[in-house]
Amino acid sequence: MRSTVSDLFGKSPIKPLQQHMTAVIECSNELTNFVDAAIHDDWEKAEASYNTIRDLEHRADDMKRQFRLDLPSSLFLPVPRTDLLEMVTLQDKIANGARDIAGTMLGRQMQVPEAIREDFVNFVASSLHVAHQAHTAINELDELLESGFKGKEITIITEILDQLDSKEGLADDAERAIRRKLLAIEEEIPAIKAMFLYKIIDKIGDLSNRAQRVGSRMQLFMAR
Amino acid sequence: MDILSQYSMILLVLACVFGFFMAWGVGANDVANAMGTSVGSKAITVKQAILIAMVFEFLGAYLAGGEVTSTIRKGIIDPMIMADTPHYLVYGMLAALLSAGTWLAIASARGWPVSTTHSIVGAIVGFAAFGIGFDTVSWGKVGNIVMSWVVSPLLAGTISYMLFVSVQKLILQQDNPYERAKKYIPFYMFAVGFLISMVTFLKGLKHVFKDIGMSLSMGESMFYSAIVGGIVAVFGAYLLSRIKRDETREKNDRFYNVERVFAILMVFTACAMAFAHGSNDVANAVGPLAAIVNVISTGVVGAKSAMPSWILLLGGLGIVAGLATFGFKVMATIGKKITELTPSRGFAAELGAASTVVVASYFGLPISTTHTLVGAVLGVGLARGIGALNLNVIGGIFLSWLVTLPAGAIMAIAFFSLFKVIFGA
Repeated sequence: MRSTVSDLFGKSPIKPLQQHMTAVIECSNELTNFVDAAIHDDWEKAEASYNTIRDLEHRADDMKRQFRLDLPSSLFLPVPRTDLLEMVTLQDKIANGARDIAGTMLGRQMQVPEAIREDFVNFVASSLHVAHQAHTAINELDELLESGFKGKEITIITEILDQLDSKEGLADDAERAIRRKLLAIEEEIPAIKAMFLYKIIDKIGDLSNRAQRVGSRMQLFMAR
Repeated sequence: MDILSQYSMILLVLACVFGFFMAWGVGANDVANAMGTSVGSKAITVKQAILIAMVFEFLGAYLAGGEVTSTIRKGIIDPMIMADTPHYLVYGMLAALLSAGTWLAIASARGWPVSTTHSIVGAIVGFAAFGIGFDTVSWGKVGNIVMSWVVSPLLAGTISYMLFVSVQKLILQQDNPYERAKKYIPFYMFAVGFLISMVTFLKGLKHVFKDIGMSLSMGESMFYSAIVGGIVAVFGAYLLSRIKRDETREKNDRFYNVERVFAILMVFTACAMAFAHGSNDVANAVGPLAAIVNVISTGVVGAKSAMPSWILLLGGLGIVAGLATFGFKVMATIGKKITELTPSRGFAAELGAASTVVVASYFGLPISTTHTLVGAVLGVGLARGIGALNLNVIGGIFLSWLVTLPAGAIMAIAFFSLFKVIFGA
């Protein structure tokens, strides 16, 4: 049974976009468990945790692919199709980043020196906070659509994005702090190991940058 | 003349059966398109939709369906050309009913976006132009009708766009959308009540009032309509006051309670939609029937006799029968596919479509309710109101125009010739 009126309604991309972001966050949240296992040198547990991250990243990937398939150019959307496609790519990069961090650390069984351990855990946590804040912003998208992309909802999202920026600032502070401490002890560490520690710090910093980019994309949805 | 008196009974019965079948089809299938938006947005259940449709389709057909019926009956073709061969008009109208009904059955089975209105108009034009003579068709009037098919979705889209933008500005974009919704929605309810009673007073009650020798001027109609609108608004405000705000649900979804308020409004616009649909689409079934009954009962073409009300009654009953037998299932299926539409959008689309259709009924223009509703939904979409709309549907509609008109015409010519063979030329 088909009808002209029901055929007219396509599947709204907003909810799938939010679900993808939720999957991305589930994936990157596992990083907390992974890092906890890694700094305690429990590589068995770390590997199990990495496998979880890998599976969740796969799931997010599948959702991303389905999202693109469900967005044919014949759809008439309240936001530009290209912005939506761009957004899902940006979101997916957060999950890719989390997997990359865990993969590199597991592959080399990287030891985090005692002196920077606490900062390392804090840095990962503050980077994840940025991702959570981006998730909060994405969760407002349905309300943004409901209110017609204007008015009170814009104020609410602007506030969320302001917090996103300040949380990204905190992650930057944490990155600077850990770099300073690592610099102080780098002579005591074999050069290659130190090099890879810098590299992993880069990647964790990237994670928060990617999350912040999701937020700046949100602004494009509102500005029209 | 001999043919008519000889076969009058069987022709009359055939006309009633075909007319009823057509109305049944409208009820079984077409109404679901009109009401599906209300069911999909979960403002009303399928059962409630059927009940609303039964009452208001019937009222629309009976009170405001006269003008379009008269267009179908004697506006598209000039019956006077057939003054010497009144039985041709009977054959032709029978053929039109049968071919439109057949075409709709084929199209529904295949899932084509076909309009009842277009099939019947195509069929009548077809049998008249090619079965009788090219001049039989009032081409000017047909031109107007075709124009109205283009204009009606555009008009509905514009009205719905403006309605939805007003809702955004007055309610959704404000700090306190819930309080705002409760305050402003009665005004939209007033508009619904005013619109329907205005058309009823101006056009519909004509044949009811005539019997008791009463008539209303434009000013009086507006006055009484305003009173009815006021009563509707007060009743609606009472319903709104009974909604209890669910604060816990609102934490996750700021607009949860706002949409519940709009859902009440949508009950009213669903009534308007059913009324509008009844006022326009029932004519597709009863218009040809009225023409046949007129010829058979008077023996001549174009005798000035009022259309008996039992014909509109029969059409209304046919729709109700269609709803009761099949409409239930179709509406549930369609409603399940329209879940992306929330009441704040659905009401704007329905009210835009309903007012356009009712205005068309007022002018006696047979338009497609479904296509008008599609235009209205697109209007809401243009105001950035809907998550995703499938623009392929528009192409499908244009294609169905191109196919339906000739298909209805060709079948009507075939049936017309067949009747000539069976009952004699």
